[in-house]
Amino acid sequence: MRGILHGVAALHRPRGWIVLGVLCLAGLVGLPLLNGMTPPAAWYHVPAFAVPLLGKFFCYGIVALAMDLIWGYTGILSLGHGVFFALGGYAMGMHLMRNIGKEGVYRSDLPDFMVFLDWKELPWFWYGFDSFWFAASMALLVPAALAYVFGYFAFRSRIRGVYFSIITQALTFAAMLLFFRNNTGFGGNNGLTDFKRLLGYSLQEPSTKVALYLISGAALVLAYLACRAIVGSKLGRVLTAIRDAESRVMFSGYNPLHYKLFAWTVSALLCGLAGALYVPQVGIVNPSEMQTSNSIEMAIWVAVGGRGTLVGAVLGAVLVNGAKSVFTVQWPQAWLFVLGGLFVFVTLFLPKGLLGIGERLGALRKLAARRMRAQGRPQTPERSAALSAVSAAKPHHE
Amino acid sequence: MLPRSLRIALARASACAALLAALAWSLPAQSAGLKSALKDLGSDDTDRLMSAIDLLGNSGDPAALPILQAYRDETLRTARDGRVFVLSKDGKQAFDPVSRETVPAEGLPLAAPFVSNRVRRALAPAIASLALVSPDVSARASAAEELSKRASPEDAARIRTALAREAVPDIRKTLLAALARLDLNSPERAVRLAAIQLVEAEGDVQLKVDLLRLTATREDGSFVEPDAGIRAAAVSAMKAMDQRQKFVNLFANLLYGLSLGSVLLLTALGLAITFGLMGVINMAHGEMLMLGAYTAYAMQNLFRSALPGAFDYYVLAALPAAFAVCAAVGVLLERGVLRFLYGRALESLLATWGISLILIQTVRLVFGAQNVTVTNPAWLSGGYTAFPGLVLPWSRIAIVLLGLVVVALVSLLLQRTALGLQVRAVTQNRTMAAAIGVRTARVDMWTFAFGSGIAGIGGVALSQLGNVGPELGQSYIVDSFMVVVLGGVGKIAGSVAGAMGLGILAKYLEPFTDAVLGKIILLALIVLFIQKRPQGLFAPKGRAVEG
Amino acid sequence: MSETTLDLQSESGPLPPGRPVGPGLDASHGVILYVEDVTVSFDGFKALDGLTLYIDEGELRCLIGPNGAGKTTLLDVITGKTRPDRGNVFFGQTLDLTRLSESRIAQAGIGRKFQRPTVFPAHTAFENLELAMNTGKRVRQTLFARLSGAQRDAIDGVLATVGLPSERDRPAGLLSHGQKQWLEIGMLLMQEPRLLLVDEPVAGMSQQETEKTAELLASLAGRHSVVVVEHDMDFVRKIARKVTVLHEGAILAEGSMEQVQNDPRVIDVYLGA
Repeated sequence: MRGILHGVAALHRPRGWIVLGVLCLAGLVGLPLLNGMTPPAAWYHVPAFAVPLLGKFFCYGIVALAMDLIWGYTGILSLGHGVFFALGGYAMGMHLMRNIGKEGVYRSDLPDFMVFLDWKELPWFWYGFDSFWFAASMALLVPAALAYVFGYFAFRSRIRGVYFSIITQALTFAAMLLFFRNNTGFGGNNGLTDFKRLLGYSLQEPSTKVALYLISGAALVLAYLACRAIVGSKLGRVLTAIRDAESRVMFSGYNPLHYKLFAWTVSALLCGLAGALYVPQVGIVNPSEMQTSNSIEMAIWVAVGGRGTLVGAVLGAVLVNGAKSVFTVQWPQAWLFVLGGLFVFVTLFLPKGLLGIGERLGALRKLAARRMRAQGRPQTPERSAALSAVSAAKPHHE
Repeated sequence: MLPRSLRIALARASACAALLAALAWSLPAQSAGLKSALKDLGSDDTDRLMSAIDLLGNSGDPAALPILQAYRDETLRTARDGRVFVLSKDGKQAFDPVSRETVPAEGLPLAAPFVSNRVRRALAPAIASLALVSPDVSARASAAEELSKRASPEDAARIRTALAREAVPDIRKTLLAALARLDLNSPERAVRLAAIQLVEAEGDVQLKVDLLRLTATREDGSFVEPDAGIRAAAVSAMKAMDQRQKFVNLFANLLYGLSLGSVLLLTALGLAITFGLMGVINMAHGEMLMLGAYTAYAMQNLFRSALPGAFDYYVLAALPAAFAVCAAVGVLLERGVLRFLYGRALESLLATWGISLILIQTVRLVFGAQNVTVTNPAWLSGGYTAFPGLVLPWSRIAIVLLGLVVVALVSLLLQRTALGLQVRAVTQNRTMAAAIGVRTARVDMWTFAFGSGIAGIGGVALSQLGNVGPELGQSYIVDSFMVVVLGGVGKIAGSVAGAMGLGILAKYLEPFTDAVLGKIILLALIVLFIQKRPQGLFAPKGRAVEG
Repeated sequence: MSETTLDLQSESGPLPPGRPVGPGLDASHGVILYVEDVTVSFDGFKALDGLTLYIDEGELRCLIGPNGAGKTTLLDVITGKTRPDRGNVFFGQTLDLTRLSESRIAQAGIGRKFQRPTVFPAHTAFENLELAMNTGKRVRQTLFARLSGAQRDAIDGVLATVGLPSERDRPAGLLSHGQKQWLEIGMLLMQEPRLLLVDEPVAGMSQQETEKTAELLASLAGRHSVVVVEHDMDFVRKIARKVTVLHEGAILAEGSMEQVQNDPRVIDVYLGA
């Protein structure tokens, strides 16, 4: 027990823990208070629609962590992670559909879309989803299982780099096509929607929404700590080694297949969790979640924030989705230009993302301070600026 | 003595004159028979009427057909002098089919001929006989169709007469089918046997039903067809027809697969080239296809408004235009973005995705978010009937040809030109090529432009096949990727093999699964295939290529 | 293949040097590596042509030969990077190297240093050595691995041996070329291999560094078997006891340095090394 606590504490420097603590306080305590306990007209009141919106962002944050784990740390760019997210969402969605019971449009035990298709009974793969715990475990296990099988075949054949990315695209594309078919039994292109209840609580109630928001936030924090633990361990170092020099890793006696498979499966599991938390908050899940464009966007969240930092991934997810929410309301025509431009800009000019800027500035300042100290002269703004210019001109390692 | 040439000319001229005179001399004789028959049409004597109709029916005279048809339609009028007229719809004009004059009906002493069921029953076969030998192809065709559906034994002789003079293959087929159907029920064994052989030879699947009937049993267990030999002949004929059908299907699937493969090839070739050279997967490649399709659309509109006479040729103009437009965009893309991402394949992937978003949104704003219509020019509509039941659309044949031409041109460029040599060198070993003085940056630019241009041509092809909308590229990008992954990079043969393989495989899967499952199976197969050969069908070999 | 016997479960620290690395290796006959009649062709070109070679346990062998002779291909075959079209490669009496994966071969006790130094650029020198350390290499083991004091000392010891104690916490990507070579040799040492395959260890090194490398490699022989591929003849002369000359994928000559240097065939091919 002490070992575990010690291990957890070691994940951050004290300063890091303080920052995390403040964020948690603000997000998980402050915000719900500002939503529920403040007068609606006040400027600091958090409007009702913002709660599930932020809850959604938390779910995206978990996805971003998952992407960072396999891309930032293991060097595998997946352009199909949306499928794991969607599968988790569908699992929860199926449970929510079962919960509708007889309150659907057709007043039948079967979900509306099945009645519409003239089906007489529940298909075998829907059995069990009336139980919450079954659905919850499916939300984690199904994406993980798919990831494991897919990853096994893909990694074993040493498919790498862009080839792998393309194949992940094909995976999510194929899944999307499959789920679009009405006959597949997941609601076809309309998906699953019209949810009423979760665990006895109505989904329309503000208190349920706040609860879901809090759970998503807590899940994000836990996912973050888990990822931190993984990347800080020796396993994490092996993952980064695989990213940088896979052959050397092999010749040092590690089997990259197992490591990649581990990261890949954990990543899919996290996405499944995110999806399961996402669906009750947005109220619908349909095959367009498996669109290739969704998955590619997930990559850009991580790229914007900063690959290989975990924090950057979450930051990027929140920022990009925040921008998306703003643009699609105020200026929808421009959003795709902004997003496309973001892709280009970040890859050209911000290879380390936004956190990379901070890092570079910090490094320059440190370098300047060291030089100053070495030369024994007091620091002046002009000198440090000049030194910054010199350091910036030096080629730096990627 | 007249010169030889002149003597020959004179001989020819006198021969013609003699012929004409004979014709002219015989014509009155014909018209005389026709005239009296026509006169009898107005007769009250039903026997004379019947024989007149019979005569007209068997005359084979093309003028008689409209007369009898008018009679049946009750628009025929007779005059005292024996002439007959066909009234126009409004009843105001009267048309004389013999002299081919139209005169106003008013004031003419016209009478309607006698019509009864008996008359009608007599008219039908007469009209049929005339129609069968009418000079008008469509009249013959519809008459033959009628007969093949409802022929009675009396028609057999008529059909044979018509067959003797029929030259159009389609109509011959119909007549033969009608005849065969009749003969299969003939009381004479030899006739039935001959009919079976005819059916087998013609291969008309519709007649299989008749053959099947010959082998059927009645409720009491006895055979419809008493003769065992005939039954055996029918069975073997059906077997032969099935075999042929299988072959036809195989051939058809192959052809459709090739056409699908050609589409895939055109869409994927550019991608394979740029990926092989620069290791860049261009996610905006689909948008190059889309831009090419929209160029075709723009060309269509241009021709429609400015050169309506040459409208059918807009496609030919669209090909180089699309190449130019997409090549230009490709150059911009390469110089503006990709150049800075050299060596970073994953980043280029993301950057080009961003570009594709921008391109799609631009097109949406300029042309609208809906699909736009691109009509096929006349020479690309319709198809070529190779076998019964197998129609190959001209558009698809054209695409196969286009694919061949493009592959040939690209191979030529790569193998025979200096630029091609540089491209191959840089593809195989960039550092070495740079070391010997190849300007790799230039090569990159030209190759990217070229690959994008080919995609533009692919887009023109796509515009002829289906809908054109801003998201056109998105539906083809995954397929293009699969072709590249399967075929490997570095060799054109790889893309060709990959594209054709996928196209044919997709077609063969079609009858067993629906389109979606088929696609999924294909994707799974590709992933499994990659297990064995990670570099694709035509893997670049050697250590130098290993990145 | 009894692959489970190759699992190294030790979590109590690196094994002291000299002890057998795994129960699977049977070098009782004194020969640690058997390469018999190995042929490798790339697209018609024979990189190795019926090559036969034996490495005795504890010896230090130098492999020399002109470019394209097949030296690196031979190392690729031994480490499992390339599969031979024909022939046998055995590690000890029992381990068929043509059937094992690269990581299994490494676990079995064969370490390789590449022509171009391949270290982990984002990790510090210390972390590089830690990763190479001869402990459990399975996923679960690395997830919960904790570095013991003894292990930490061992790593620091190797850092000192390769002359990089000051670069302990420096990302390896920032080291100089020579330093990277040393780090890689250090990683090799951490692996505790029975057989070391060293591909051009002194390429790009200064005179001093070359001396040092020669000393180190010479000291390794005996406890380890070492195969060195090199072009630098002075270096080879310094360390070699037995030299094998490769040419066009087969052995041209074998013997001591003097024997080989005076062999007319070698002179012919090498134009006086």
